[in-house]
Amino acid sequence: MDLTLKIWRQKDSQDRGGFQTHKVSDITPDTSFLEMLDILNDQLEKKNEDPVHFDHDCREGICGACSMYINGRPHGPQQGITTCQLHMRSFKDGDTITIEPWRAQPFPVIKDLIVDRTSFDRIIQAGGYISVGTGGVPDANEIPIPARVSNEAMDAAACIGCGACVAACKNASAMLFVAAKVSHLALLPQGNVEAQERAEKMVEQMDEEGFGSCTNTGACSAECPKGISLEHIARLNREYYFAKQSSDNIPAEDEVHGAG
Amino acid sequence: MSWLSQALSSSLGKKLLMAMTGLFLIVFLIGHLLGNMLLFKDDGGQAFNEYAKFMTTTPAVLVLSILTYISIIAHVIYSIIITIHNRKSRPVQYAVSNASANSVWTSRSMGVLGTLVLIFIVIHLKSFWFEMKFGSVPIVAYDSGSIKNLYLIVVEAFSQSWYVAFYVIAMMVLAFHLSHGFKSAFQTLGLAHIKYTPLIKTIGTAFAIIVPTLFASMPIYMYMKFHGLL
Ligand code: HEM
Ligand code: SF4
Ligand code: FES
Repeated sequence: MDLTLKIWRQKDSQDRGGFQTHKVSDITPDTSFLEMLDILNDQLEKKNEDPVHFDHDCREGICGACSMYINGRPHGPQQGITTCQLHMRSFKDGDTITIEPWRAQPFPVIKDLIVDRTSFDRIIQAGGYISVGTGGVPDANEIPIPARVSNEAMDAAACIGCGACVAACKNASAMLFVAAKVSHLALLPQGNVEAQERAEKMVEQMDEEGFGSCTNTGACSAECPKGISLEHIARLNREYYFAKQSSDNIPAEDEVHGAG
Repeated sequence: MSWLSQALSSSLGKKLLMAMTGLFLIVFLIGHLLGNMLLFKDDGGQAFNEYAKFMTTTPAVLVLSILTYISIIAHVIYSIIITIHNRKSRPVQYAVSNASANSVWTSRSMGVLGTLVLIFIVIHLKSFWFEMKFGSVPIVAYDSGSIKNLYLIVVEAFSQSWYVAFYVIAMMVLAFHLSHGFKSAFQTLGLAHIKYTPLIKTIGTAFAIIVPTLFASMPIYMYMKFHGLL
């Protein structure tokens, strides 16, 4: 099939950027979306033009690198997949496809479709560690965990940090991502020890990075390639409120008064 | 106590205030609706006028009404703060956006819907609250004493078709605001559970349909009654 691609091109983070139209032809329906872009880049390189820069790594839906806003939706028209799992059979011959980078203040564009998602890394770092006892290995069966709870924790742990939730949200909110990270540790005994502090610090970092707040539209979950559910956001809210009213984490100024 | 102000000024803290004031206003709507149902009583407005007198002179009601005003003001102020912050989080908009593929329009339009509700509230207060308090409302004599005849003001207002239409449209807007707001508030409070969430969603939808419909039926009823259509 023959396609017209309207792609966001931007030299660097300072450049204003704009759309450029490219054409590709003879694309087979079983070509993956990224392979289609590879074909385009081959063409551009042969003409000595700058290839379209885009993020990718695993190309099998597990690294979360392939951030692209395709025809008004993160990762394109299909639900539950990443861009690398999208195939050209989802498009028709003669289609015009608009490809944009994730748009969020905490995800500045580095070049073309590549955005800087280190704000996610800083949120993870703010979450800190989990306490793991050294010494003898405990018997796994000594800590009973209901199947439903462990399943939910594993569901949350499936988050690949792709940022589609932020890209989809009208507020560029990172709540689904943060909720997945908080949930998957808070649900299990190993992560429970620091659960309060973790919720507080990750939310604080999320705010500091400049992500928006949650209006509960559900766009994030609908577009999440791993189907992370909104229940995790409710759990994050809960964890955060309980932590705020009962954790022993207080601002320094309060501590001075308290000790005095 | 700065830990508390710090918690409430976080993004989640602001949402908590939004949800709590919203839920308080939902409770207020129930009370307001039940009282105003007296308009349907065929007694020339006596029960309604006595109710209006009770509402404007009882200290406990005064406390509740002050809480209601605070809730509306806080809800509006926080909605503005949150909306401005959310806009800043996406300084560059998408050229193509297919948001209807992943979310319901009401959930994305809470700001616009809320602003329309606010315009309604201001006009509504001017028409009745302001008139009752500062306007020249005629006095009516009952066995229990002489009181302000607010019923007459209501009859007059709802005898005009454009005013009735304005109320009906405003109630539709409120219905859309509540259709997302009701369940959203519970999610914000972290109250999600496989047993209760389906129930909350059902009640929220029912509430968003029934309450505004009953409110809207009052001006329609008054209009039809005034023009002899009943
Ligand atoms: C009787 C009047 C009202 C009721 C019962 C009501 C109720 C609610 C409820 C329950 C929510 C959900 C809170 C949450 O998501 O946690 C909400 C959200 C919202 N309301 Fe209202 N509201 C009313 C009036 C207004 C007014 C006058 C405005 C004015 C601007 C407004 C603006 C908003 C906005 C912008 C949101 C979404 C906030 C967000 O991004 O999460 N509302 N409302
Ligand atoms: S929650 Fe889903 S959409 Fe958001 S970063 Fe994780 S995997 Fe991606
Ligand atoms: S390239 Fe790894 S998820 Fe798409």
